[in-house]
Amino acid sequence: MSVYINKDTKVLVQGITGSTALFHTKQMLEYGTKIVAGVTPGKGGTEVEGVPVFNTVEDAVKATGANVSVIYVPAPFAADAILEAVEAELDMAICITEHIPVLDMVKVKRYMEGKKTRLVGPNCPGVITPDECKIGIMPGYIHKKGHVGVVSRSGTLTYEATHQLSEEGIGQSTAVGIGGDPVNGTNFIDVLKEFNEDEDTYAVVMIGEIGGTAEEEAAAWVKANMTKPVVGFIGGQTAPEGKRMGHAGAIISGGKGTAADKIKAMNEAGIEVADTPSVIGETLIKVIKEKGLYDACKTH
Amino acid sequence: MNIHEYQGKQILKQYGVAVPEGHVAFSPEEAVKAAKELGTDVVVVKAQIHAGGRGKAGGVKLAKNLDEVRTYSKELLGKVLVTHQTGPEGKEVKRLYIEAGSDIQKEYYLGLVLDRETSRVTLMGSEEGGMDIEEVAANNPERLFYEEIDPVIGLTGFQARRMAFNINIPAKLVNKAAKLMLGLYQAYVDTDAAIVEINPLVVTGDGQVVALDAKFNFDANSLYRHPNVMEMRDYDEEDAKEIEASKYDLSYISLDGNIGCMVNGAGLAMATMDTINYYGGSPANFLDVGGGATAEKVTEAFKIILSDQNVKGIFVNIFGGIMKCDIIAEGVIQAAKEVSLSVPLVVRLEGTNVELGKKLLNESGLDIVAAGTMAEGAKKIVELVG
Repeated sequence: MSVYINKDTKVLVQGITGSTALFHTKQMLEYGTKIVAGVTPGKGGTEVEGVPVFNTVEDAVKATGANVSVIYVPAPFAADAILEAVEAELDMAICITEHIPVLDMVKVKRYMEGKKTRLVGPNCPGVITPDECKIGIMPGYIHKKGHVGVVSRSGTLTYEATHQLSEEGIGQSTAVGIGGDPVNGTNFIDVLKEFNEDEDTYAVVMIGEIGGTAEEEAAAWVKANMTKPVVGFIGGQTAPEGKRMGHAGAIISGGKGTAADKIKAMNEAGIEVADTPSVIGETLIKVIKEKGLYDACKTH
Repeated sequence: MNIHEYQGKQILKQYGVAVPEGHVAFSPEEAVKAAKELGTDVVVVKAQIHAGGRGKAGGVKLAKNLDEVRTYSKELLGKVLVTHQTGPEGKEVKRLYIEAGSDIQKEYYLGLVLDRETSRVTLMGSEEGGMDIEEVAANNPERLFYEEIDPVIGLTGFQARRMAFNINIPAKLVNKAAKLMLGLYQAYVDTDAAIVEINPLVVTGDGQVVALDAKFNFDANSLYRHPNVMEMRDYDEEDAKEIEASKYDLSYISLDGNIGCMVNGAGLAMATMDTINYYGGSPANFLDVGGGATAEKVTEAFKIILSDQNVKGIFVNIFGGIMKCDIIAEGVIQAAKEVSLSVPLVVRLEGTNVELGKKLLNESGLDIVAAGTMAEGAKKIVELVG
């Protein structure tokens, strides 16, 4: 088992003829991901890497039964691409694109209320269920099949953590990159719920960063509901205040959003937080040993 | 991106928001000329810098005649203002705004900002105008009011009126205040702003509701569709190294430490700073070279890092996922040669083709300290910098 995606997931690539999308389509195909269709308006009827290209998501879904889309469309058109995926009632749309205007995403979120599709991202590395399905831009080889779920707001930091786990023989059930944007589709709690219910996930690594209060909310949820051990890391403990976001952003959350607040909230929820990213793997191993889960998690 | 107060007021005016008459001035002569044109009894000489807290720092002066306008203008132009938002180094005043004085009866606060929890734009308002709004939020949260805005219909009339009543705008001016808020929201949406703050909003003796200050911060991701906003960019107000980095699509932020960092990925870049700090060092910058770093980008990144006089050592931390380590190594070698590197350099490479990358570094003849992990690299550079 795994969460969100598996070997049966039929993937559609939006913006498939762009250079980044093409590169990653090749990588995903090599990994074994079932890519059944691509969409680029005006390129319908052609084929890239053996994948049929359609003009619209609707056409692609009708012809191929695709149920998850991955979006590499450039930022000015990415919000529209998400809307198209939602309208076609896909199970999931994973948006890799970064730099989407924030107010575009505010509208997208509003449009998605009550709709079937789950959005992951934007500005994320994607989702991978090792040895079954890789959707996004993460390097496949650092992942190993196993029982630790990974959820993160950061791309390379996730690779860092996953790599440490794999090197120690601790495989992963699924790794989900939820993205670093202020307005995103799937949050920590959504993914933690899935991991909590997934029979094949025994423990979870949660990687957050400064800004917003998603980690605090997740910590509260973990405290109340999570039956599996969670370890974490928060990036940006030394980041200068207000450099990006200006100061008014912090008002609504009542001054929350600092690394110290997040770590405190996580510790209070029983989440062990690694001091540095280099010891995320070590921290997880320590915790699963304490819980008697090490042997079950040791996969290779 | 930020703009000056006078530019923000130009935008607001187009949306029917009442602002005092005023003119920008770059010299005392221009300031006097502007004051003459205004012809009011009192004019306000306001320093234009991209930071709040100007009043407390002595950057806003009331002038009762043209001589005073000249004196204050001379005093302020070229002066370095230090406010709680500028940092200890302060900001030099290069522009003034000469504005007609207002007969202020009472001050209020209005702000528009994205609420990340609800993914909606939110209007904030308070009767505690002219104060640091963070203090109000911390000490008197009950005096801060919010209206969450549905992006489909925008700010509604009843929401704006409710805000006006909540913050105790005089009853007969509520409709005027509500109209101002609707204009403010439209300006926010039309310009893709991230933050708009009016602090203070004032009610005047002649029954007007006026924006006495205007702070705009724009969503960097949206600037491509707002050339008119881009024209308002003032490079003098931004860090030279940050401007240079943006030309090469590098994400760079100056910090006050002495260890230069070059990392791929924003999360890893932040975590690298944290790790340096954990081992007792102090990062000189945040620098994300991005996923598609080329040798050219790496070279430019090196030059920018080294243009900071405080830098006493560099830590390169790369997790080459899709990006191959040998390509990064080549870039580092080329860059180190091109800039004739004279400070210690620690390189941590991990990921695809890592062995090949390490081999290239070893054989380069350069004095590069290799590190196996991020922690080891951070420890080493902290030791070397001392």
